[in-house]
Amino acid sequence: MIMASEGQRTRLMATPGPRDRGSLSDMLWRNPKLFLALLLCLPLLWLGVVYLGSLAVFLAQSFFAIDDFSGLVTYEPTLATYRQLFSDANFDIILRTVTMAASVTVASIVIAFPVAFYAARYAKGVWKAVFYLGVMLPLWSSYLVKIYAWKLILAKEGILTWLFAKLHLLWLLEAWLSIPIIGGNSLSVSYTGTFLVFVYVWLPFMILPIQASLERVSGSLVEASADLGARPGQTFRHVLLPLALPGIVAGSIFTFSLTLGDYIIPQIIGSSRLFIGQAVYAQQGTAGNLPLAAAFTVVPIVIMGVYLWAARRMGAFDAL
Amino acid sequence: MNAILFENVSRHFGNVRAVDGVDLAVAEGEFFAMLGPSGSGKTTCLRLVAGFEQPTAGHIEIFGETAEGLPPYRRNVNTVFQDYALFPHLSILDNVAYGLMVKGVGRIERRRAAEEALAMVALPGYGARKPGQLSGGQRQRVALARALVNRPRVLLLDEPLGALDLKLREQMQEELKSLQKALGLTFIFVTHDQGEALAMADRVAVFHEGKVRQVGTPEDIYRRPKTRFVADFVGSSNVLSRVQCQRLGVDAPAASLRPESIVIGRPTDGQLGLTGIPIATSFLGPVNRVTLDCGGERIVALLAGGAPIPAMGESVTLAFGRHDLHVMEDAG
Repeated sequence: MIMASEGQRTRLMATPGPRDRGSLSDMLWRNPKLFLALLLCLPLLWLGVVYLGSLAVFLAQSFFAIDDFSGLVTYEPTLATYRQLFSDANFDIILRTVTMAASVTVASIVIAFPVAFYAARYAKGVWKAVFYLGVMLPLWSSYLVKIYAWKLILAKEGILTWLFAKLHLLWLLEAWLSIPIIGGNSLSVSYTGTFLVFVYVWLPFMILPIQASLERVSGSLVEASADLGARPGQTFRHVLLPLALPGIVAGSIFTFSLTLGDYIIPQIIGSSRLFIGQAVYAQQGTAGNLPLAAAFTVVPIVIMGVYLWAARRMGAFDAL
Repeated sequence: MNAILFENVSRHFGNVRAVDGVDLAVAEGEFFAMLGPSGSGKTTCLRLVAGFEQPTAGHIEIFGETAEGLPPYRRNVNTVFQDYALFPHLSILDNVAYGLMVKGVGRIERRRAAEEALAMVALPGYGARKPGQLSGGQRQRVALARALVNRPRVLLLDEPLGALDLKLREQMQEELKSLQKALGLTFIFVTHDQGEALAMADRVAVFHEGKVRQVGTPEDIYRRPKTRFVADFVGSSNVLSRVQCQRLGVDAPAASLRPESIVIGRPTDGQLGLTGIPIATSFLGPVNRVTLDCGGERIVALLAGGAPIPAMGESVTLAFGRHDLHVMEDAG
């Protein structure tokens, strides 16, 4: 309640600001377009010219072909390189990489969702900080160090084999390794090993977007669903999952495209068979076949494009 | 039969006693309001009925059935949330049909029921839109339709009109009231707006610091407040201290006096009088509010529009009927 008698009234005086100061700010305020141009010129130069420009020049190489005799690039437009890309050996590489990327993505979603759900719904204060540290900390150490550490963990003489032996479960490990394709002499030279390390390395990139999307789902929506008679499983399927889908798609873009492009993990851990990243590395380096390297690079871009289009069609971005 | 029964119910969050030993009985078909300032425990009580909270102690019954340990999805009560809680990714029709969908009602049947419910809240043909495309008042109606389509035995409303502007509020108050009468449902309505509670409810429970201070009809609560808090909170009544009461020749720890029962002028037969000095006045449309200093205690009077406004700073006499002075049990 505001009560004022005659004597208590205060006078508010408007103080005019000095007109000569902050003229640059004033000018930018009057010219929003100029402000936007200043804001964006540096990133546009970097992304537009240095990044997209060089990528376009590189991808254009895929429409040339290498001359088999001289080993030099013939600068005439042709689809010969793409024919080469779909030869049996090269198509195997694509199939292997895409299968790996898809498995890594699915496993990451399954592991990341509960962690993200806990962080978004339950963690408060200190536990929230512990969550962020726990997720981010692995990203602070060197990628190579982590991969070589995993090589030791997964090796035949490594701690995992030791652990299985102590638990009298060595037979399980051996049974797993005897499965064709995903097995091998030891975990560190099998696709299983490659898969484990990929999931380990990319998991934070799945957890953070899912956590961000779940964070935005108001608690009252979950309560409303239960109130209307939905069991927890139904609430998950009809409310949480659709609303977290943009985060899952964002996370899977990371895990999927990072796996598609990586050439270090499969080189250090796994069988000697190539992944797309290794093929690009080999073609542009030792083989000197820049057009084929470029054609290999087109594959992940096309796959991601199709994936995003499909996600959009499925309504993954409707909730945004 | 009681729709809702609370027996000595408490809900503590650590050291905070959000609900502290509440006894309540809500009759079937009643429009029951839980009134109180924020943090008084009224919303927690509602959440105890809905099943979002479990009582720390005490016993709750919904239509004679023990409610403790019963999850929200097994209770035949539905809630209209303060923020409406409409599912942003579903159309209005799917929002309204949600409760039927999770119960396994067929697509055609639930569409029909949802459209019927939308028509009931005066939103026919809005089914294809998304919640984001609706105004606050429309969303409020959708939330109502979504709850009612499940034919709950009790409808819980958590400050459902809080986000609406004044005109819409008044309109929705009337609509809610007539809807409740037409359906014969039990409504439990949580609000911090005493005007709303008095206008709509059959009975009102006034909450303060986790306890129910008074339960009664709006008339009861308004005219015969039991405590200083109830008198103060319900319609900003004047609370007269023991000293002031003694000046009037009444022996009581405290008494309440409604601002609108005061007139300026000498007391006649059956009236009591006080002298005071007007210190502030404000124009409220149909009435003028005058604040007076009566021997160090502030008293507010609402004077009818036509009545002359006393001059500031000049002592005047106030008069009011002896029965308008309501003696209270305690000063707390």
